[in-house]
Amino acid sequence: MEQGHIVRSFDEELGQAESLFLEMGGLVETQIADAAEALARRDAELADKVRSRDAEVDALETRIDELAVRVLALRQPMAEDLRAIVSTLKVSANLERIGDYAKNVAKRTTVLAKSPPIGSSADTIRRMSKLVQTMLSGVLDAYVARDLEAADDIRRRDEEVDQIHNALFRETLTYMMEDPRSITPCMHLLFIAKNVERIGDHITSIAEQVHYLVSGEMPVDERPKGDVTSYMAHGPEAEKSGT
Amino acid sequence: MMPQKDKDEALAEMQSGNEPVVAMSGRDVSVFYGEKQALFNVDLDIYENEVTALIGPSGCGKSTFLRCLNRMNDTIDVCRVTGELLLKGEDIYNPRVDVVELRARVGMVFQKPNPFPKSIYENIAYGPRIHGLVRGKAEMDEVVETSLQKAGLFDEVKDRLQGPGTGLSGGQQQRLCIARAIAVSPEVILMDEPCSALDPIATAKIEELIDELRENYTIVIVTHSMQQAARVSQKTAFFHLGELVEKGETQKIFTAPVDERTSNYVTGRIG
Repeated sequence: MEQGHIVRSFDEELGQAESLFLEMGGLVETQIADAAEALARRDAELADKVRSRDAEVDALETRIDELAVRVLALRQPMAEDLRAIVSTLKVSANLERIGDYAKNVAKRTTVLAKSPPIGSSADTIRRMSKLVQTMLSGVLDAYVARDLEAADDIRRRDEEVDQIHNALFRETLTYMMEDPRSITPCMHLLFIAKNVERIGDHITSIAEQVHYLVSGEMPVDERPKGDVTSYMAHGPEAEKSGT
Repeated sequence: MMPQKDKDEALAEMQSGNEPVVAMSGRDVSVFYGEKQALFNVDLDIYENEVTALIGPSGCGKSTFLRCLNRMNDTIDVCRVTGELLLKGEDIYNPRVDVVELRARVGMVFQKPNPFPKSIYENIAYGPRIHGLVRGKAEMDEVVETSLQKAGLFDEVKDRLQGPGTGLSGGQQQRLCIARAIAVSPEVILMDEPCSALDPIATAKIEELIDELRENYTIVIVTHSMQQAARVSQKTAFFHLGELVEKGETQKIFTAPVDERTSNYVTGRIG
């Protein structure tokens, strides 16, 4: 919006909310990247760093919430301002959750670093993390630029994340069948993959929020769902049902 | 948030069977004060049993439009109205229309409470009497009481009905004016900034009253307070420089207006 408010301090507050929000987005991007890197390099030290940095993410969310409540109470924002403040609140909650998932990846990495690597799974997870990281930075750009098309585009890309997750699920199942000693690390890997998959879902929510921010309406079509692991089975039952 | 499709269906379900009825409408309404045109080709429907808020910066034409709805503009010599203004389908500017009767059907409440310098009772009784709506004292007593009750004032004044109307507080005086408008059983009540001279508590009481009155009357309100428009109305019309820029569901106007001028106004970017 090129035209400023008559009350200039209102503009300042909205600007402040947006810059805090970007700071939080940037920090969460780093968390995802470092968590994936720590897993791939089996670097327990970097994993610890990710875990301790989560407090910073949480603190930013609190600051954003306080500012948003203040703007709602003092300015009674309307129209696009209202949508911007409500979106900031909702998206900061998404970012906070994404931060938690990154932290959980790091936690499990600390355990995984102590057991031998499982196939190429860490690389697959790194690829998946790279993808969600790109999606996150794209959706934050779309947010700032109020770019509806870019947001919708990212919303559709979540399917790729789901597909990698499905493939990894199958892959780890075979490792576990081959060698029961790999069950513990494989379970951790599966949870890690699930965390990254959930990150993708939160990015999809952010993309939907950007759609609302720009147009005033939530996207009408069903969100893409590619995660089929809930229906996957193995062994005799699976063969019977033909899964 | 519900997907748009479901919302539309829910809305359609709610409305099926009771289609909104148009109480008043303006068709291509323009207003001139001498050479100066104050309103340009306004088309607006006012729906029955709804509150329609007219908003916009000073001089935008919202009060001018409001005053067309019961021909208050007639009192201004240089004022000329073109286009059509309909009340239940009848043209209210038709020369055969009795303006006094029209103003009973379309009542008005003003910015500053203006009770007659008479008793509370007389303030209410005056209208029904000159319009010949009641026979006998008992019936008049009843009209006075129900009008005051509908305006949420009866309990506060029942012991001093013969006391002067001007002796009430500002908020009470405004509710007295609303009771006075109700006493002649209008179909539409026009309110021109009814709360701008009142404190927040008196304002809240009037807003609550407006919401209750909606059951039996159609209300058109001009207000400078956007929060008030958002709180009390179902439909909102935004005027700017004599033009009706945008009209629609109040919720839509205040969350996602379509026109950039509306957006600039409701977000506080133009005054």
